[in-house]
Amino acid sequence: MKNGTNPYIPYPATVEETWYETGGDRCIKTFKVVFDDEKVRKEWSHLPGQCAMIGVLGIGESMISISCSPTEGDFLRFSVMRMGKVTQALHQLEVGDKMMVRGPYGNNFPVDDWQGKKILTIGGGVGQAPLRPIVEYVKANRDEYEGLTMIYGARTSGDLCFKGEFEEMSKCDDLACHLTIDVEEEGWGHNVGFVPQMLLDLNPSPENTIVITCGPPIMIRFVLENLKKLGFEDEQIYTTLENRMKCGIGKCGRCNAGNMYVCKDGPVFSYAVLKEIPEAFA
Amino acid sequence: MSAMLLNKEKWPEFVGKLTGKKVWAPQADSEGMRFALLAEGEAPVPDYNNTRVPPKGVLFPQTETMLKFQVKATEVDEPELDQETVVLGLRPCDARAMAIVEKLFKWDIDDPYFIKRRDMVTLVGLACNDPGLNCFCPSVGGSPASTEGLDLLMVDLGENYLLEAVTGKGEALLKEMGDLLSEAGADEAKEKEKLVKEAEGKIKRTVDTEGVPEGLPGLWEDPLWGKVSASCLGCGTCTYLCPTCHCFDIQDEVEGFDARRCRTWDSCMFGEYTLHTSGHNPRPTRKERTRNRINHKYSYYVDKFDVIACVGCGRCSNLCPVNIDIIDTIRQVKEAL
Repeated sequence: MKNGTNPYIPYPATVEETWYETGGDRCIKTFKVVFDDEKVRKEWSHLPGQCAMIGVLGIGESMISISCSPTEGDFLRFSVMRMGKVTQALHQLEVGDKMMVRGPYGNNFPVDDWQGKKILTIGGGVGQAPLRPIVEYVKANRDEYEGLTMIYGARTSGDLCFKGEFEEMSKCDDLACHLTIDVEEEGWGHNVGFVPQMLLDLNPSPENTIVITCGPPIMIRFVLENLKKLGFEDEQIYTTLENRMKCGIGKCGRCNAGNMYVCKDGPVFSYAVLKEIPEAFA
Repeated sequence: MSAMLLNKEKWPEFVGKLTGKKVWAPQADSEGMRFALLAEGEAPVPDYNNTRVPPKGVLFPQTETMLKFQVKATEVDEPELDQETVVLGLRPCDARAMAIVEKLFKWDIDDPYFIKRRDMVTLVGLACNDPGLNCFCPSVGGSPASTEGLDLLMVDLGENYLLEAVTGKGEALLKEMGDLLSEAGADEAKEKEKLVKEAEGKIKRTVDTEGVPEGLPGLWEDPLWGKVSASCLGCGTCTYLCPTCHCFDIQDEVEGFDARRCRTWDSCMFGEYTLHTSGHNPRPTRKERTRNRINHKYSYYVDKFDVIACVGCGRCSNLCPVNIDIIDTIRQVKEAL
């Protein structure tokens, strides 16, 4: 929160809605939460790309990207993959339960600087979570941007997050939503193939365009390669990094990639900056 | 305030006047010297080279409670603050380390635990007349009588200590001592200068850091990292005993219904430090961890805070079980540039 108070204190937020995005061992569950304290709710302000430390007292905290845009309302959304101790405890939370939240942390996508440009998001799997706030932000400020194109893929249709929202999006004339899965499935009416290939097939023009990509490292690698083939400059490309974190405020030391703390100097980096950090893709 | 003199015979009275405050001072234990709280009535004269463990724990305890709470509750309590504290006789390198680390703990968002403790602590340093074998503070911007980070500097002049206030806190402490002290004159100032010069002359180890902060990232793939980390055991001693190492872990502990969130010193030399939950580790071996440790101290910290995060105390070289020597490492870096 504000300077002067203890930044390590988390605030209780009530789970208002929760649902599973995907199934399986590493299932992803989305939580819509609202801070209990009105003052906390009012003071909170975040922008697309920022994260929060969320957790359960007695178990711990994890840094999770805020998957909603501030334009959506006075609530927060997190989409959490069940992976370890903390995320397992988070997955136990149901409607009415309390999640402890502190933040927001990190820098944000420079959405204001991008006004007047075409926005292209390229996501894979749970990597769509940090991209979703951009999509929502641009949708809410539609007149400020030239266009919005979304490419999103996963291994199977069951691994796609936010499925319900894309139906709606594909009905809008000025938003292009391209979905893809790795292998053909019965009843799948969209593209089949990997995300980097779909990018090449769509062949977007780099002119006046900002592209933001997030997903598994292997996808990012080939997306970057293909973006270069399409003529995108380093300065037009953004992504987010993730690393193990404890404090979230640049003190505990561990999340650095080179001389950058991912929690504080990141998680958002332009490829122009990232290229200079030797550890960025480690 | 001008410099003051304290006759060493009056040392117990000097310490005695600090009643009501917690007093940390170097004390002998079975394995050497360490900073510990003085019991009432104790006043050992600080006669030592340096402690094995730096006094960083006064501001940044090895384990500390950050928040207290009850299981299943959503309200958290902060621990009560410590009382006023004096650290007696810490070495200038260790005080300088505290000033260096403070930059990080104050960077943009204050770390309340470190900052509140620093506000309540008066650091009384003791200049080094006889630096240790692996001391190299002048090579990294320090000196045996550096006042950086200190509130008050003492210089051992033989029969007397020369006391020089550095901050308002130091001045206040001198005032509290009243007529225990007498004013120092020009002779004592000269004597101090002579001693500091002599001490600097006794420091045999040096390292040239010119070009190192800018050059280090360019040596990312250099074979030197494999060489300098080949014998590393990953024990973390170098980081635990480093006065500028400040990394910590945060863990929740539950006992019955009482629970706490605490932080403990952590080490970048441990594999778990950066291990992702997925099993991926961006620094999978000791080579990457060593490279990060040296880069962090000699390059990243300089980028962020304009100062090398090494004060030349020599502890990591003294106490590494396989004799990895940071001076030797920096020399290899220099050669590879």
